[in-house]
Amino acid sequence: MAKILEVRNLYLYFRTLRGNVKAVDDVSLDLERGETLAIIGESGCGKTSLARAIMRYLPRNVALYKGTIVIDGIDVMKLSNREFDEKIRWVKISYVSQAALNSLNPVIKTLDHLIEPILLRKLATREEAVEKAREIVKLVGIPEDFLYRYPFELSGGMKQRIVIALSLITHPDIVILDEPTSALDVMTQANIMNLLKKLKKELKLTYIFITHDIGISSELADKVAVMYAGKIVEFGPSEQVYVEPLHPYSRALLNSVPRLHEEKIPTFVSGAPPSLLNPPKGCRFRPRCPNAMPMCEKEPPIVKLENGGYVQCWLYAGKT
Amino acid sequence: MSKLLEQRESSTLLAVKDLRIWYPIRKFLSIVGYVKAVDGVTFEIRKGEIFGIVGESGCGKTTLGKGILRLLEPTSGHIYFESKDITHIKGRSLKWYRRVTGIVQQDPYGAMPPFMSIKTILEEPLKIHGVPKKERLERVISALEDVRLTPPEDFLNKYPHMLSGGQLQRVAIARAFILKPKLVVADEPVSMLDASVRVETLTLFKDLQRKYGVSIVYITHDFSTAKYFSDRIAVMYAGHMVELGAARDVIYKPQHPYTKHLIKVIPDPDPQNRFVFKETLPGEPPSLANPPPGCRLAPRCPYVIDICKQKEPPMVEVASEHYVKCWLYARK
Repeated sequence: MAKILEVRNLYLYFRTLRGNVKAVDDVSLDLERGETLAIIGESGCGKTSLARAIMRYLPRNVALYKGTIVIDGIDVMKLSNREFDEKIRWVKISYVSQAALNSLNPVIKTLDHLIEPILLRKLATREEAVEKAREIVKLVGIPEDFLYRYPFELSGGMKQRIVIALSLITHPDIVILDEPTSALDVMTQANIMNLLKKLKKELKLTYIFITHDIGISSELADKVAVMYAGKIVEFGPSEQVYVEPLHPYSRALLNSVPRLHEEKIPTFVSGAPPSLLNPPKGCRFRPRCPNAMPMCEKEPPIVKLENGGYVQCWLYAGKT
Repeated sequence: MSKLLEQRESSTLLAVKDLRIWYPIRKFLSIVGYVKAVDGVTFEIRKGEIFGIVGESGCGKTTLGKGILRLLEPTSGHIYFESKDITHIKGRSLKWYRRVTGIVQQDPYGAMPPFMSIKTILEEPLKIHGVPKKERLERVISALEDVRLTPPEDFLNKYPHMLSGGQLQRVAIARAFILKPKLVVADEPVSMLDASVRVETLTLFKDLQRKYGVSIVYITHDFSTAKYFSDRIAVMYAGHMVELGAARDVIYKPQHPYTKHLIKVIPDPDPQNRFVFKETLPGEPPSLANPPPGCRLAPRCPYVIDICKQKEPPMVEVASEHYVKCWLYARK
C-alpha cells in the first residue's frame, strides 16, 4: 500500500518568557492510505501540537519548526504558506478541532459553513457546492433542512456531525480528529464513533485520531502512537500496543485505565510528567520509570520492531 | 423482623424519600413551568459506604448531590440525616449540617479562591466552625499529610495557581475532610484530571474514606471508575433513578434497558473494537421541562409496552438489593 503520510524528525518548539517549550521533539511516523492512527497520551504531552504541526496551524511564538512531512508524495515543508493553503490544507488533509462544538460561528447558517472551504479555494461553483453540502449532510446522518439552521438550534451531537461534514466536504485524504468526542455524552459518543467507522469504510479515509481516552481510541485505531513529554515512545499496530505494550510508559498508561467489562484493578505511577521547558536528560520517563537503569540517562535509541512499529527504550536495545 | 429493621435503621446515614427538586422557568414576573431535574427519587446511603450516582449530563445527578447537601432547597419530599429531617432546616441547624458534610467539586481551579494561600483555604472552615486557633495549624498540617502533599510545610504558603490540577484536587479533598464530616459529596472529582492521576486520586479518596469511616456520594458520568470506586451504584436518567444495586451487580448484570445499553457502548481498550458497530439507543434524553408521562425512556426504549407510555414504572426489587424502575419487571 502507498504511504499517504510520512513524518521524519519533526520538531516544534514554542518560545515563552521562561524558555523554549519542546512540544514536539524529534517525532517520526508513517501512515498508509485507509489506516487510522491513534495518538494517545496525557494532557500536555504534545498530541495536539503534533497535529497542528502536520496541519501547519501554528501560533506566532514558534521557536523551531523543522523536519520532513510528506503528504501523498508532496514534501510539504518546501511549500510556502500560500501554496500549502491552496494545495494541502482542506484539499489533502483536514482538521476537526478539539473545541469543535464551539468552532461554528453562531451567526452563520450550517450551509454557509459547509460551502466556505470550497468557495474559498474556488474548487466549484456555488450551485455545485450547495449540492455537495446536501450530499454530505445526508452522509453524516442529518436531515437536509438543518442546512438552513443556525448552530444554536442544533444539539451537541448534531454540531459534531456538522463539523465532521465540514472536514469531509472537499474530499480530503487525511482527516485529523482532535478529541472529537470528549465533550459529548456516552451514548452520543458511541453514535459519532459509529459514524466515523462508517465513513472510514465508505470513503476509505485515513484518520489521525487524537485522544486521551484510551478506550475510545481503540474504536478506530489500526496503529497507535503513545506520546510522552513531546516524544512518541511507542508506535505500532493496535493488536500489539493495546495487548502487549512494550514501553514502560505505555504499560503504565494502559494499566491505569479502569476496565468496565473485565476485572482488573487499575494501577498508577506516582509523579507527574516533566515540564517541557526543561525535560530530564536521556529518557524522559526515567524519573517515574519502574525499570529505570543507569543507561537511561542517555537518550534511548529507537528500536525497530518486526511488525513495522518501534519503541524508544533502552530495555529493548540490541534485542532485534 | 423488627430487629432486622432496627439494624438497618442504625446503618443508614442518610435517607432520601420521594425527593423532587424543580427549577422554576420564569418569564417576566410569572413562573411558566418547571425544569424537573430531580423528580421523585428514593434511596438511602449507609454509614461508611461509597455510593456512586452515574448518569449522562443533564440527568439531574449534580442537582441531587446539591440537594443532599442542602445547597438547594428541595421542592418536595424528605431528606433524613441520622433520622433527623433536614429537608427544610435553617440557621443554626443548617450550620451544624454544613459541619457534618463536605463537598469536592469538578474543577479544582474554580473551587479555590486564587488570592488565598493553601493554609488560609484549609483554615477557613475551621475558623467558621470555631476551632480554637492553636489547634488549627496542626489540623491543616495533618489534613495535608492525609492527602499526601508532603512535606506539608512546602504547600502551606503556596497559592492555587502554583499547584498542578491533581495536587489542587487533593487540597480540595483535604478541605472536604478537615472538619471530620460524616458525609462527603464528590461531584465528578476526577473528570478534569488525566488518566494516571485519576486512579491515584480515587485511591487516595478511598483510603481516607476507610480511615475516617466517612460515607461518600460519588457523582460521575464514568461507569468504569464508579465500578472500582463505589460499593453501590445508582443510575439516573432524566430526573429518575432507574437502577440501584451493588456496583458489581449493576455493571455485570444490568437490568434496566437504559443501563444495559449504556454499559454496552462504553469501550475498554481492545483492538477488536474497531471492527464492530455499537448498538445505541435512538434519539436523545427528553427535555426535563416537559418530560414524557410514564417512563422517561419510553420514547427511546426498544422494549416499550403500552403501559410505559402512560404510567410511571414502580421501583421493583429484581434480585436481593437490586432495584429497577421498569414495567418489564413489575408483576401484574
